[in-house]
Amino acid sequence: MTMTVDEARGAVTFAVHQIVPDADVQSVDDDADLRAEFELDSLDFLSFVELLSNRAGHRIDEEDYPYLRTMSTCVAYLRAER
Amino acid sequence: MAEFRMPSLGADMDRGTVLEWLVRPGDTVHKGDLMAVVDTAKSAVEVETFADGVVEKILITPGEEVEVGTVLATLSPVGEPARIAPAPAALAPSPPAPSPPAPSLPAPSPTAPSPPSAAPKVSSPLVRRRADELGVDLANVQGTGKRGAVTRADVEHAAQVLRSGAPIAESRPLNLHRASPYARRVAHELGVDLAAVTATGRNGAIRAEDVRAAAAGGSPPPQAVQPIRPSRPDAMRETIARVMARSKREIPHYYLSTAVDLDESMRWLRERNRQLTVSERLVPAALLLKASAVAARQHPGVNGFWTEEGFTAARSVHLGVAISLRGGGLVAPALHDAADLSVTELMSALRDLVARARRGRLRRAELADPTITVTNLGDQGVESVFGVIYPPQVALVGFGRVVDRPVAVEGLLGVRPTVTLTLSADHRATDGFTGARFLATIDGLLQHPEAL
Repeated sequence: MTMTVDEARGAVTFAVHQIVPDADVQSVDDDADLRAEFELDSLDFLSFVELLSNRAGHRIDEEDYPYLRTMSTCVAYLRAER
Repeated sequence: MAEFRMPSLGADMDRGTVLEWLVRPGDTVHKGDLMAVVDTAKSAVEVETFADGVVEKILITPGEEVEVGTVLATLSPVGEPARIAPAPAALAPSPPAPSPPAPSLPAPSPTAPSPPSAAPKVSSPLVRRRADELGVDLANVQGTGKRGAVTRADVEHAAQVLRSGAPIAESRPLNLHRASPYARRVAHELGVDLAAVTATGRNGAIRAEDVRAAAAGGSPPPQAVQPIRPSRPDAMRETIARVMARSKREIPHYYLSTAVDLDESMRWLRERNRQLTVSERLVPAALLLKASAVAARQHPGVNGFWTEEGFTAARSVHLGVAISLRGGGLVAPALHDAADLSVTELMSALRDLVARARRGRLRRAELADPTITVTNLGDQGVESVFGVIYPPQVALVGFGRVVDRPVAVEGLLGVRPTVTLTLSADHRATDGFTGARFLATIDGLLQHPEAL
C-alpha cells in the first residue's frame, strides 16, 4: 500500500526525531541534505535507514541510500510502488 | 570500613558532581556494581564500587560538586550490622569540604521515592540496543535476570507498559526522567528540577520547551542555591582547551600519512550487508576500528601511556573512539578489548557507546582507560585528519573520508575507494619507523577484511 505524502513526511520526521530529538525538521528545506543538516554520521544514518525501513515495511538496500538524501527524495522513495 | 570516593575519570578531571545515587543506605553492593552517576565536564558517568559491602552512609547530595578523592559514601563489610544513615535530602545545601560530616537529617525527602531495585542495572549491549529502539530508559526497568540484570524480555515488557500509559512513575527514582540531553542542559541552566516539568514529548519525554515552560510558569523553584558553574558546553570547551594545550606543550608529536586502498573492504562490506537486515549492517568505521585495534596489539609501542617513569605498554587494547556531541565538543570513550571483539560485536558495541555518549551516560572505565584513540572525520567530508594526542596516551589514528580515487593497479589505471590513514604519535615513546610499521599493518589488515 502506498504511503501518502503526509505519511511519508511523517515517517522521515519521526526517524530524524528519534536520532536528534531536538531537530526542527519542519523548518528545513525539502531539498536540503538531511545528513549535513542534522549532522548525521554513518551510525546515525544507519539508524535513520532502519527506522524508515521499519515504517515502510520493507528492507532498504544500501544501493538505495542515494534516494534518502533529502526530504523530497525520501518522500518520493517511500511512495514509490515496489 | 570502605569508602566510596569521587573518582578521577581521566587526567583532566579534578572535580565532579554527583548527579544521582543508584544505591541507598542498606543496599548490599559488590565490586563492580554501579553506585552513582557523576557529572564531569565531559559527560555523565556511571561509577562503580571497587569494594564489597553494605552502603552505610551517603555523604554527598546530588547536585554538589566536590574534588576528586572526596568520600561520597561509606560501606561497611557484608555481614556486619551497618549503622545505616538516611540518605540526605535532595539538594540540601552542604559545604563542599573534602570530607564533609555525615548529614544527620531526620528522614529522606518525602519527594524521593525509593528506586525500583537496589541492584545495579546490568545489561548487555544487545539489551541496551533493544531499549534504545523501544525508547525505554533502562534505569526504569526492573531486571529479572541474574543478579538483577535487565533482560530483553524486561525491556519489551517495559515498552508495553510505556505504550499502554500505565503508571510506572511511582517506582521511578528521582532524577530519572526521559529527557533529551539538550532538555537536561536547559534544565540545568535554568535551575529547573526535571521532576517538576510536565512532559509533552513522545513517550512522556521531557523536551527543552517543557523545561522553559516550567521555568516561566512559576513551578516551585528548587529551594537550594544552585551551584554556580559553567554549563556543560563551556566546561567541555575548557577541558578540551586544557588537555590539548598540555598535549601540544608536552608531547613531541610526529605525523605520518598513507593512502589505503579499501576496495576489498568495501566490496566485502557490501556483500555482507546485502544479506543482512538493516539493523545488522556494518558501517566502514567498524572495519577501520577493528583493523586499528588488531594492529595496536601487534605494535605495543603505540598502545599505552607516557608517565613520569617513561612509557608503559598497555596489556589490552582499549580503543578510544572520538565521538562528537551534538551540543558541541567531543568525548573519546573506550571500546574495551576491541582487538578481541568480532567485527559484528565491535559494531554493536560502537553503536551502544555512541548512543550512550550522546545521551550522556558513559561508564567510568570507558572514560578513564583508552590506550590509543581513533578519530574518524570521514563523515564530515575531510580527506585527512592529523589529531592531537590525548595524554597520557602516545598515539592517535586518523581516518578521513572514503573517496573514489584513480590508482594504478597492476599496471592499469583503476578507480578504487581510498581512505587517508594518518598517525600522530609521541616521539618520546616511538620513532617514525615504528609508527610506519603500525600503519602498514592496518593497511594490510584492511586488504583481508574477511579475516578481521
